[in-house]
Amino acid sequence: MAKDNQVLEEFTSKDYEHGWAVNLETEESPKGLNEEIIRFISSKKQEPLWLLEWRLKAFQHWQKMEEPKWSNVTYPKINYQDIIYYSAPKQKVKPSNLSEVDPELIKTFEKLGISLTEQKRLTGVAVDAVIDSVSVATTFKDKLKELGIIFCSFSEAVREHPELVKKYLGSVVPMNDNYFAALNSAVFSDGSFCYIPKGVRCPMELSTYFRINAANTGQFERTLIVADESSYVSYLEGCTAPMRDENQLHAAVVELYAMDDAEIKYSTVQNWYPGDKNGKGGIYNFVTKRGLCFGDHSKISWTQVETGSAITWKYPSCVLKGDYSMGEFYSVAVTNNFQQADTGTKMIHIGKNTRSRIVSKGISAGKSQNSYRGQVRIMKRAVNSRNFSQCDSLLMGDQCGAHTFPYIDVENNTSKVEHEATTSKIGEDQIFYCLQRGIDEEAAVALIVNGYAKEVLNQLPMEFAVEAQKLLALTLEGSVG
Amino acid sequence: MTTIVSNTDLKEKFSKAFEEAQGLKSQLHKEAFDAFQNMGLPGTKTEEYRFTPIARLLEKNFNLDEIEPVPSGINSVKDFLIPDLDATVLVFLNGFFSETLSSSINNIDGLKISKLESALASGEAADYFQKLLKPSDDPFTALNSAFWQDGIFIHVPPHTKVEKPILILHINDVVDRQSIAHTRLLLVVGEGSELTLIEKSNSTGDHSIFHTFAEEIAVKENATLNYIKIQNDDGKLHQVANSLIHQSAQSILNTFTLTLSGALIRNNFNIAIDGEFCESHFHGLYLLNGSTLADNHTVVDHLKPNSHSNELYKGVLDGNSKGIFNGKIFVRPHAQKTNAFQSNRNILLTDTATINTKPQLEIWADDVKCSHGCTTGQLDEEALFYLRSRGIPLENAKAMLLYAFAAETLEVIKKTELKNYLDQRISDRLAKF
Repeated sequence: MAKDNQVLEEFTSKDYEHGWAVNLETEESPKGLNEEIIRFISSKKQEPLWLLEWRLKAFQHWQKMEEPKWSNVTYPKINYQDIIYYSAPKQKVKPSNLSEVDPELIKTFEKLGISLTEQKRLTGVAVDAVIDSVSVATTFKDKLKELGIIFCSFSEAVREHPELVKKYLGSVVPMNDNYFAALNSAVFSDGSFCYIPKGVRCPMELSTYFRINAANTGQFERTLIVADESSYVSYLEGCTAPMRDENQLHAAVVELYAMDDAEIKYSTVQNWYPGDKNGKGGIYNFVTKRGLCFGDHSKISWTQVETGSAITWKYPSCVLKGDYSMGEFYSVAVTNNFQQADTGTKMIHIGKNTRSRIVSKGISAGKSQNSYRGQVRIMKRAVNSRNFSQCDSLLMGDQCGAHTFPYIDVENNTSKVEHEATTSKIGEDQIFYCLQRGIDEEAAVALIVNGYAKEVLNQLPMEFAVEAQKLLALTLEGSVG
Repeated sequence: MTTIVSNTDLKEKFSKAFEEAQGLKSQLHKEAFDAFQNMGLPGTKTEEYRFTPIARLLEKNFNLDEIEPVPSGINSVKDFLIPDLDATVLVFLNGFFSETLSSSINNIDGLKISKLESALASGEAADYFQKLLKPSDDPFTALNSAFWQDGIFIHVPPHTKVEKPILILHINDVVDRQSIAHTRLLLVVGEGSELTLIEKSNSTGDHSIFHTFAEEIAVKENATLNYIKIQNDDGKLHQVANSLIHQSAQSILNTFTLTLSGALIRNNFNIAIDGEFCESHFHGLYLLNGSTLADNHTVVDHLKPNSHSNELYKGVLDGNSKGIFNGKIFVRPHAQKTNAFQSNRNILLTDTATINTKPQLEIWADDVKCSHGCTTGQLDEEALFYLRSRGIPLENAKAMLLYAFAAETLEVIKKTELKNYLDQRISDRLAKF
């Protein structure tokens, strides 16, 4: 037991590997939030009037709202006037292709292991790189264009495809949906936009990589993915941030819109800076993610591996509006040290014969608190609907906590809902079994945790699965209960 | 916004009633009323009462400033008894203890039974009164603590096995006018003792009833308590029961709550396992029809290591009924080696019945085994087909399957006469679905 604790301690003192910061010249807005700042952001982005009005309206809503208190996380009150809402790496000229992008930026992303130079990519993943608040580069754009796929930064989409943005922006997450969504709607600076036309199966994984670099800034990006009839897209999201002593706020909004027979697969590996081992610093990750299965037979699948952030507070949800539509949620949330996670999903069944599946695996170590909070709601109209939820928690050490808050609301008599949850620790007999076969304790824990999370990791695209597995092993090896 | 306005109205009405009522002038009553004033009645924005629009119903159905005891014409309780069960019967009529209808309460098996007021006056109950249920815990506990006028104190001395069960009958007879009642129970099961307590509520008449209960139960070391609640009121009853059972080391608790009818029934049932090697079997069954709303909020709080709890709540919902279940299991930081299981299963029979369930697990200790499961569904088509293919009519087949579903909850009942009675009640009800 003493040895276990030692290994655990060694591990928990492990440094965050993406904790460096680069000196990029940035252009920033002054601190604080008011209408002027919003006008400033909007004019910086040369936005049309309707979008400015939309932002201002969101801001008015936000001013009337109160910060929600119901989550199972605690943090000091955020001073919203002490945040820089706009920060962009300064570039002399607008890059028309990659050779014109600031080499310092390209280096930043190479350091993260993400190459923006297309010819060097072997895996064929198109990347939209977002640093602080602004999209800096999007790869493979032309190749996607041939198929009619639009994949670009949000600002570019506003310029080039205003009709699409206008139609779908806020259609899934209304501007006044919740406190942080309203804040985001008012001040979002960039993000990714993606449109897959009718009948097109996107040939490569689309990916956004978010990086917070500047200090004192908040990151507020917005992702909008629209899959037209019978199309398919798989989308990846990754993120890191430098180690800083103060907490930084990340309040993003992700909207997915799936029409008849369309399928969207959205995967996240979230590795924001979690704070140091005393709980100092780290990102507040307060994100609103929601997918609308608008059309019949549509499908939206969320997969998330949450290892970072001081506080994670997000519920990727599916609104199953179309008949026979399907929602999935696969999640592994790992918390260590003083991290707090309150995450889960909502499955709102509106259409007939809709199905949903939830698999959530929580792992808590150190002094962390890990909560699953989810809702399965079967409306009266949603006849013959089906849900299966499973949420398991694994506890490592006696100072962490695992919490489950599932809400199940059923309003008709032809649907079936099942929920099950377990809480356990890694058994001594499991460890013993491995030791006996010459597998050392650290490897054994990694093995068992990986097996525990396998059902979720299997849902990730290849490249991400490898990264996620490494992350898991890194975060938890040695922590034997 | 309307709920908030009406809530103020309700508070004012309660205020008026409190000022006018006689006999509520003690310090404890006053403190409790202050606590209630601070909390107010819960609206639908209050998480714990999200699905239970109780303030609205109270406002609609009651003149809350009219709290005078309602006289009752009932002079025999024969119809309300449990057949073949030899029990010590304690009767409450419209919230007031009736000595004439109850069994004699002097010296039964060495038990001590007295009116709560006199037990408080003599100091016997002071160690326990309002120690487990604090007015600030819940608005209705506060309301009860402010307005209670009658209650019963039962004390089982150490090392006493009470053979004869105690049956408490709560009869609400509202033929003349509406009734508002606040009843208390204080039960102490002494070290190494054993008791079976049955609480059965019934109502008659056409007027509305609002009845709150505050029940504090302490089960001492090595003691055993079997606690059965039968809620069988008619459609005019609005009831909120706050019960807390405190378990000391190595005690055993078997509880069963059967909810059959009423307008709105809210059970806040909490078990605090505050000792090692305790056992807790916590069962409930709600068979609802019409527009009954039954809301079971349960808490099993493991404060000490090495205990075992097993919670099973099942429901069959018909008509426009609404079922709410919220089961919390807490395992506190030092409660290692806890085994805590919870299961909630529901069958919806009609399209207009709804169920809102929230099984909630909060765990701060790592060496534990905890699980919860929750299902909502229908009768198995194949099982129905199997029975019908063997010549059993659809109605009977349904009743058989529903009975099989429901009967599992009866496993905690040991006493044969009681089990038979409950079994019969359940089959009767299910045959009518």
